[in-house]
Amino acid sequence: MEKETLIGEIRKRFAAEIESDAESLGDQVLIVRREGLRAVMAGLQAAPFDYAVLLDLTCVDFLASENRFEMVYHIFSLSRNRRLRIKVSLPDDNPVVDSIAGLWKNANWLEREVFDMFGVAFMGHPDLRRILMYEGFEGHPLRKSYPWRKEQPRIPLKD
Amino acid sequence: MDARIQKEARPDTMLINMGPSHPAMHGTFRIMLELEGEKILNSEIEIGYLHRGFEKTCENKTYFNLLPYTDRLNYVSPQINNLGYVMTMEKLLGVRVPERATAIRVLMSELSRVSDHLTCLAAMAMENGAFTVFLYMMKAREFLWDVIEATSGSRMTTAYIRIGGVRADLNDEWRESVKTALVETRRVLKDVHGLLDKNQIFLNRTRGIGTISKEDALSYGWTGPCLRSTGILYDVRKAHPYAIYDRLAFDVPLGEHGDNFDRYVVRMSEMEQSLRIIEQVAALIPDTAPAVKADGIEPAEAVRQGRLRKPGQRIRLSPNLEGSEKDRYQDILTRDAPVCVPPKEDTYTTMEGLISHFLFFMKGYGIRPPKGDVYFSVEGGNGELGYYIVSDGTDRPYRLHLRAPCFHLVSAIEQLIRGRFVADVIPTFGSMNMIGGELDR
Repeated sequence: MEKETLIGEIRKRFAAEIESDAESLGDQVLIVRREGLRAVMAGLQAAPFDYAVLLDLTCVDFLASENRFEMVYHIFSLSRNRRLRIKVSLPDDNPVVDSIAGLWKNANWLEREVFDMFGVAFMGHPDLRRILMYEGFEGHPLRKSYPWRKEQPRIPLKD
Repeated sequence: MDARIQKEARPDTMLINMGPSHPAMHGTFRIMLELEGEKILNSEIEIGYLHRGFEKTCENKTYFNLLPYTDRLNYVSPQINNLGYVMTMEKLLGVRVPERATAIRVLMSELSRVSDHLTCLAAMAMENGAFTVFLYMMKAREFLWDVIEATSGSRMTTAYIRIGGVRADLNDEWRESVKTALVETRRVLKDVHGLLDKNQIFLNRTRGIGTISKEDALSYGWTGPCLRSTGILYDVRKAHPYAIYDRLAFDVPLGEHGDNFDRYVVRMSEMEQSLRIIEQVAALIPDTAPAVKADGIEPAEAVRQGRLRKPGQRIRLSPNLEGSEKDRYQDILTRDAPVCVPPKEDTYTTMEGLISHFLFFMKGYGIRPPKGDVYFSVEGGNGELGYYIVSDGTDRPYRLHLRAPCFHLVSAIEQLIRGRFVADVIPTFGSMNMIGGELDR
């Protein structure tokens, strides 16, 4: 029952920021409002929740949905040995969310990857550039609107 | 476009490229250094040279077809990648795997882990001038790969662990080849301990260099041997036991300082633990059923006979299907749901078998998990290897994301080499075990 009380505590603490919680195949999921993401993440990272590790950060493109982009964060608490998934929905016309690069150092590169692949912008990111694709690449390849076999023009040689 | 470091560099310093094509950069990986004499003031890492759109490709492949792509992520330990993917799918589908297949999976992933650590340390030692260590370790790796080759048919890109079980049963001589591999690897480990542990050149280049604190390692999302070298106990096999790891006795070696030397020590001790696991698992697996004699009729003959009635004789399968005869299916593949390839004997001889074959491979059929999303991780060669899969109920993933452990490791390099000398880049980078296929996906 520790699981339920932990989620209950988190929900009580961040009542304004958390929209709902769910369980998916044994994993706890929190759905957070966009404006509250940074506050929730900072709160969860600190004691008493102690989610010290940002395991993963990615995005899913639900093209048909009104809130097109869904950011998915996986955080992990070493002391409790428990994972938590956090989701934030972003609208198609304004895919912007607060950066958490100030909280976890690996978020810097992970957010650059999401920016590169999905075109989601992160407010407050220190160095938001492409990471896997090259400068001059057009579009964001993991968006569902980007064709699988699309070819890009050659870019000029660098000196 | 200028790189960030070019814009920020002081005018009196020197900018130099290491990579993308550099013998110590394990593939293609570029570090731009801003130097004052030999001291590194700043650096910038550029990755993505091996990006091949793994995640995008997976969205356009069926769950069964994308398995070989996972081999090519960490190409030194492909079986662990397979295992991570298939166990994520099994969590989503809710299928149970036969005991024997689970044990074979653990055996294979530990063999892969040892070969992964061997490759990492071999390259690291070679770049520090210890070429003998490199050759010794490559020799040991050959013996491990002999086992893998005899089991799966290929050395590196195996596609052996399948959703619901494994592709084929172990061959008849597996016990001897595992025993040889254990003896040879232990001998090499002993030799390497003798060559490196008190080697002054090696110690000077690794001890106290590339040091990371516990807090920083956690903040960078480090996992695996690199995290454990700082003294933090986190191993997915212990924290979230999967397969049969909860029934096996093994220790998780820890380091102390989080420097290059500790990462070497942790990997060396981990290999010994993995060899211990291999011994235990080998004792758990019952002997392989006697080989199915290759005296049956040819498939074409069986098809001809099957036009009238089901042929009574055994069918001689092609040699690349060795080990996946129908008699063995109950031991190596699940029967919970239609998630595995139907036995070839049925496909050749009965109408129902042919139909189920097509129902498995046809577009829009095959493995169709329920809607939902799932995250599952296994302990890979260099850390927590996680898959996040979003299913929309069709036969291909809506989104598949890989949590690549070395992406997190490599992002810390800029900090680790700041203020150090150029020569320190090599052992620091070597001890990370950067694998391009997994880093750039």
